[in-house]
Amino acid sequence: MNADAIDDIAARHPDAFRRSLWKRYATPIGILLCILYTFYCAWFFSVGAVLEKANWNLAGAYLADWVSYEIRPDIEFKDNHLTIDYSRFSKLGSNPDPDWVTKQMAVIERRVDAAPAPAIATNKSSQDSFMAPGAPTAENPAAAPGQSVPPAPEMVREKAVVAADVVFGNGRIAVTPNLVTVTRGTESVIFDIAKDSSVTPRTPLPDWIEQRRPGSTAYVSFGFLGRAEVQDDEVVAWRRFFGWANFVFDTNSPFWGKPFGEVASLIVSGARIDPSRSNAALAWDNVLNNAEWQHGDVWLKLLQTIVMAFVGTVLASIVAFPLAFLAARNVTPSWIANQVTKRFFDFQRSVDMLIWALFFTRGFGPGPLAGMSAIFFTDTGTLGKLYSEALENIDDKQREGIRSVGATPAMVQRYGVLPQVLPVFLSQSLYFWESNTRSATIIGAVGAGGIGLKLWEAMRTNTNWANVFYMVLLILLVVFIFDNISSYLRRKLMGSAANGNDERRARLLPAVQVA
Amino acid sequence: MSATDVYRAPALSPEGATVERHRRDLAARRRLYTIGGLAFLFLALCGSLWFANETNAGKFFDRLPYIADFFVELKPRDWFDPVRALFDLPSPYDDGSLKFDYPEGRVYLTQSIYIPEYFHRMIETLNIALFSTLVGSAFGFLLCFLAAGNITASRWLRFATRRFLEIVRAFPEIVIAGFFLAIFSLGPIPAILAVSIHTVGALGKMFFEVVENADMKPEEGLRAVGANWVERVWFGIVPQVLPNFMSYFLLRFEINVRASTILGAVGAGGIGETLRLSIGRGHEAKTIAIVFLLFCTIVAVDQFSAWLRHRLIGRQAFAYGRGE
Repeated sequence: MNADAIDDIAARHPDAFRRSLWKRYATPIGILLCILYTFYCAWFFSVGAVLEKANWNLAGAYLADWVSYEIRPDIEFKDNHLTIDYSRFSKLGSNPDPDWVTKQMAVIERRVDAAPAPAIATNKSSQDSFMAPGAPTAENPAAAPGQSVPPAPEMVREKAVVAADVVFGNGRIAVTPNLVTVTRGTESVIFDIAKDSSVTPRTPLPDWIEQRRPGSTAYVSFGFLGRAEVQDDEVVAWRRFFGWANFVFDTNSPFWGKPFGEVASLIVSGARIDPSRSNAALAWDNVLNNAEWQHGDVWLKLLQTIVMAFVGTVLASIVAFPLAFLAARNVTPSWIANQVTKRFFDFQRSVDMLIWALFFTRGFGPGPLAGMSAIFFTDTGTLGKLYSEALENIDDKQREGIRSVGATPAMVQRYGVLPQVLPVFLSQSLYFWESNTRSATIIGAVGAGGIGLKLWEAMRTNTNWANVFYMVLLILLVVFIFDNISSYLRRKLMGSAANGNDERRARLLPAVQVA
Repeated sequence: MSATDVYRAPALSPEGATVERHRRDLAARRRLYTIGGLAFLFLALCGSLWFANETNAGKFFDRLPYIADFFVELKPRDWFDPVRALFDLPSPYDDGSLKFDYPEGRVYLTQSIYIPEYFHRMIETLNIALFSTLVGSAFGFLLCFLAAGNITASRWLRFATRRFLEIVRAFPEIVIAGFFLAIFSLGPIPAILAVSIHTVGALGKMFFEVVENADMKPEEGLRAVGANWVERVWFGIVPQVLPNFMSYFLLRFEINVRASTILGAVGAGGIGETLRLSIGRGHEAKTIAIVFLLFCTIVAVDQFSAWLRHRLIGRQAFAYGRGE
């Protein structure tokens, strides 16, 4: 090919070789516009400032909370002994003694205040739990608020913890009343504790321990396994465990902490724990009313969400069906009826689902009635529009055939129109049922019932991320099942039209049908 | 049909009778399925309605007479008041309360030119929707080629990408928003992230379906002259699928405007939050102004997007609301 031939080709196809400026530079211009818009948004939403203020440490901890839980032993220094305390609603039940905390006991002498002791002396751990840092202790009873006369101290000999050892996988914290040894891997640091005044490391700190000021609290990190704070009056450890704690039975249940085999044999053949009902009924009740996971409530709310989507879509289909015949200009030849119905559909659709949801929540009170009404109102518009568009695209030959044998108008619709559009209608409704199952979750969060509100409440407390994840898994499962049911039914209804192979029905389907 | 009354059909041959019997069997079975299905649907509907009514805070028939009260309560002091609320003009009823403090929310551009508060909020919501659609479609664009069977040969890569898109799509937006709200505190960024992440999944899926239906001849031509993978995709596939991609982008934008309004109502900024507060506090004129503005905006966005889609891909483009 020589230069002449090239010129010849160029002359014959000017549109390919000398395209307009816009056509040649459309892609770079588009990309440039997108970049400029990104900068504008970064300025508009002040992304930089928000990212700077973001709490990234929290993000990691919250994500870890989705699949794990923490147990927090709280080791307080006393004069010559230690007290170990777990948070009040610990996941280890009312009397925790985990094997990753080893204790050394010895008989010691300690002073107790005579007056308040009798009331609470029976439960040593609850007595100590009152003693937050700075609260009155046996050593400085004068600081106690509202105690005008300090009771005379008396000496007691009893067995108490003198050393404790908390194990974090390959790390550990050994605690004695004035010495704390922190070990992670091969590195080890010893802290001298001057009670209520300072924490002093003997050696320079490695990078997994942080002390912001000399003598202040030391923050120890063990990675995923947990963290600890060495303070001048106590050592607080957060030991992280993988999994969901007490998922089946909570700590108040008689079945709690028992291995599966034992629970099974109790349910099948054990003596009645609660004389008024069988063990199986008791176990089921305990599962449903699990205080930490609230299975019963979560399932109820999930069912509400499903019901909201189902009823909303079915009612919307039922109402949209006759209206769509009114709106289709080839079925109802009245311009006024067409326009009125179509504008009604547009109105229903364009008032946001949020507005309907807020309105019906005011009307019916929080609950699934509000959510299903919101879905019903919005989808009447959407389905009506889609139905009437399908009707306007039908094949006229079948209608003419039915009409030519003298059928009544109703018969013409029944035998000439309906067989063509019914699979399309059903397919559209199924699709919306499936997508409403998803959107019903969000609507719930504004008060319209269902699992949305429960999710939102669990998230706002920032402590229940495992529950959030549990609910998310349930939602994903439901969405997955419904997706499959819906796409199976749609495939059955539409044959291969959903894939665009059946010309006749594919014509009626919107191009953007997503199987 | 009653045709048999006037016209007696000739007796059927034995083979014909068999066929006829079989046809009747099939028709009867079909009718049974239809009736059974409808009965099941009816029972499920009744059960669901009963369940919804039982677990609702207010009962349907108790509340029904009062359902219109909300609209009655919405009646403003005079019918020009919502207009004042919409354009942040001072109200004659101003008593210092939040109810009539319309000029308070003005966003001044210069000394004297201002954007009324609700318009500013609406722009914020639209920006959330547009920006997250942009981000989502950018990632969806990158991922869709990895998920398409005719472009990516590796079965594992395809499988992984598709499952990723599926999970991202089904993951409730509200959880993503809530999680990022905990990190970023209140504001529009969590909403942007939530909507973007969802959009990646939704658009990624639609995009790869378009790519799978693309004509492979240009790609083959490029392969014949030795183009590499990126060149084949960029010059062989992208030009044919771009109009459809743009159309899906616009559809998604419509959906995202609604989604960001709802997310706004649960604390992520924008007009949704303003609306929820205004309804909750019983500010009639403000509520009417916001609902009117929201309605007009959604109609405008839908019309604009429909018009643009018609221009892009002709009459294929009429569907609203497809694809979550």
